Amino acid sequence: MKSLADTLLLPGPFSEIVMGNTALVRAMMEAGVRSVSSYPGSPTPEIAEAIEALPQERRPFRFEFSTNEKVALEVAFGASLNGHLSVVFFKSVGLNVAADTFVQLSLMELTGGLVIVLGDDPGANSSQNEQDNRHFARMAYTPLLEPASPQESYDFFLRAALLSRKRRMPVILRLTTHVCHAKSRVNFATWTPQGSPGAPLFSPSRGPYIPLADSVFPLKRRALEKLRSLTEEEELVTLNRTFQNGNPSQGVITAGLPTLSLLDVLERSPKKPDILKLGLVHPLEEEKVASFLACHEEVKVLEELDDFLEQEIRALAQKRGLSVKILGKEDPEEWIGEYTPEKVGGILNRLWPEMVPEEPFSEARLPFPNRPPQLCPGCGHRSAFFAIKRALREEDITVADIGCHTLGSLPPYRVGQVLLCMGHSCGTAAGLSLFNESRRVVAFLGDSTLFHSGLPGIVNALFNKHNFTLVIMENGTTAMTGHQDHPGTGRNFAGPTERIPLRSLLEGLGVRSLREVDAYNQNELTKAMQEALSEEGFKVVIAKHPCMLKLTREQRRAGKKRKAFAVVDPEKCSSLRTCLREFGCPSFQETGDRAEVHPDLCIGDGSCLSVCSAQALSLKGEPSPQEEKP
Amino acid sequence: MKSPFNIYLVGVGGQGIGLLSETLLRAADYAGIQVLGVDTHGLAQRGGTVSSHLRLGPGAHSPLVPKGGADMVIALERHEAFRAMNSYLKDGGVLAYYDAQWQPLPVRLGGLLPNESLVVDEAQRRSLQVLRVFNPGLKDPRTQNIALLSEIARLGLVPMIESGHYEKALEDLLPSPLFEINLALLRNGANVPNTTKEKNDEA
Repeated sequence: MKSLADTLLLPGPFSEIVMGNTALVRAMMEAGVRSVSSYPGSPTPEIAEAIEALPQERRPFRFEFSTNEKVALEVAFGASLNGHLSVVFFKSVGLNVAADTFVQLSLMELTGGLVIVLGDDPGANSSQNEQDNRHFARMAYTPLLEPASPQESYDFFLRAALLSRKRRMPVILRLTTHVCHAKSRVNFATWTPQGSPGAPLFSPSRGPYIPLADSVFPLKRRALEKLRSLTEEEELVTLNRTFQNGNPSQGVITAGLPTLSLLDVLERSPKKPDILKLGLVHPLEEEKVASFLACHEEVKVLEELDDFLEQEIRALAQKRGLSVKILGKEDPEEWIGEYTPEKVGGILNRLWPEMVPEEPFSEARLPFPNRPPQLCPGCGHRSAFFAIKRALREEDITVADIGCHTLGSLPPYRVGQVLLCMGHSCGTAAGLSLFNESRRVVAFLGDSTLFHSGLPGIVNALFNKHNFTLVIMENGTTAMTGHQDHPGTGRNFAGPTERIPLRSLLEGLGVRSLREVDAYNQNELTKAMQEALSEEGFKVVIAKHPCMLKLTREQRRAGKKRKAFAVVDPEKCSSLRTCLREFGCPSFQETGDRAEVHPDLCIGDGSCLSVCSAQALSLKGEPSPQEEKP
Repeated sequence: MKSPFNIYLVGVGGQGIGLLSETLLRAADYAGIQVLGVDTHGLAQRGGTVSSHLRLGPGAHSPLVPKGGADMVIALERHEAFRAMNSYLKDGGVLAYYDAQWQPLPVRLGGLLPNESLVVDEAQRRSLQVLRVFNPGLKDPRTQNIALLSEIARLGLVPMIESGHYEKALEDLLPSPLFEINLALLRNGANVPNTTKEKNDEA
């Protein structure tokens, strides 16, 4: 087996097939990064997986999963002040959490440099929105580079690191989901391990670092000047590339992955537009863009999500008095979704039908059912939702938060009726409980999210005496993003650490009504919920069970095999289908007459046994016990 | 210019689409073919559809296979196979699937089971080549991916990739003894029941 660690640690130069996220880790090594911090969120966790593949003693930089994105960015900021090149990475909406810190950074002299790697998510593949973080770059006077492929992710990171260090300013490397996850052969350069970190360089004289009242203005002037002079950087503006197709009438200005979709669409076009691909998306390299505009009759601005470039380019054309026709977004659909080759093909077909003919394919001719995501077999959350639902009334209001338990909002449970963002549930539930005597409010929160951003809502509920029930869905990990540790697990990225016990934390805060139940114990959990719901004030129920996906994987790796699986006794089964349609474990399959257990899916957890009123479910050993022998 | 050969791979989270896709990606690279790929990650892996896109040959820029643009669909589950045939496969393309059945939620909540005769008619109407693999002798469902790949390799369904390329790719990806177990399965195919008791770990 080719080990990822051996590959990443090669002196180089070499080439290898890697994912964009993996290519970034090699780039961090080559750039001499010292500190990396993050909070897990798709599409970026594979960056940490590649870091984790490196044996700790050979890892050329320090890494931590911080408690949230804001803290991760502050760790990077602090390390940079001491002269260490720092990186922070997280998903699109992570920048909202980090925003308070982020918007200040351009005012600061970042001695060591700081690169912010963002995983934006056009198409909302795994996010609650598809926000366009380019706006943040403009708001905070921060340059933004946008690669389109794994090779560019690597190349652009190196440029970003160099620039950030040289100019002592923050630089954003904006990736999108299918750039993070794209795989191709990438050419890497040489890596020379650096020596020990130098002495801490922080000095107020490099700043000042206290932006207060009038002292803000010189700092802002300096930030604006750094940004304005950026397009003088030769290294940087070569990232803006023109593809000449000898077309004096039509041009396209684009950036990132949509460029590749465009090139795909144009493969079969008899006539192609000239293309200006921007690698430096903010600030706009005005000279190059203006001269591209000046040599074409009409220019389409092809960009995913918002009309960020379009507005800047229109403003530039107005400023320069250019008569070129600029074609931007018209239909709201052009603001929505990922710019896949099909989507770009459709947009160009409407614009220039003679260049891009209509694609005849129409989808979904036969009616096949979709497959929405599901809680895994044996998931404690399923057991919890099943039990909690029995304690709820139709008119009660349930508030979901982010995590695996968000899936409880889907059928068949439909527990969790409103969702905003990480850690919102307690605040939202508090508001829903105002002027409300008739409908009980229940908030949900996962354990990792509690540490991330859930605590302020809990403290507020206590401080302001709000009236609702909080259910903490404790599975002992950050499950949805790939089982990262959190402050309650007793481990961090580097090894064992002091665990922050949830129960003592809540008791210490002053939670008086606190119940803790294993989520598999459905009767007790229903009872705990009924009791909590009958009380006034802020009540907490901890529905606890370890993540079974993580547990079964660990057991399998340790050589332990599944001992049993559930079976339906056809004699006892009365075809009520509670297991299938209310409990909803994916292991139960419809036979036409009744439910049956799929032996490939059942993990033998037994959390389903008590849901059958006919008592037709039982656990059985493996069919051939002799195979269990080692 | 000759168009790239597009493969759309699909299955359910946990079935091993990742390993299958990475094996094909590396096999193509060993065969000297320029190759791009992309996997879905994140939310979809919780019991949802997991897909992977591969584009082989020059002329491919985006790693994404367009809908209706796959020369081949490789699926590890019946419902996924039929849906991908519907939305991704070109007319005249190849559908290769392992016929595991993991009912999706709408079916388990009382929806309709897919009608196989519809699929047969549709395949004929669209001149699709259909390869169904199912081996009740496979002891470990986690090896269904390689059982399917074995048939794909034996029939040479992916142009220019030969058995040796798949073997080299597997060697890159699996540690011993998983490599040897899967190699035997790749070579002997689904005709030979898998005699091993080892578990294939997720890749």
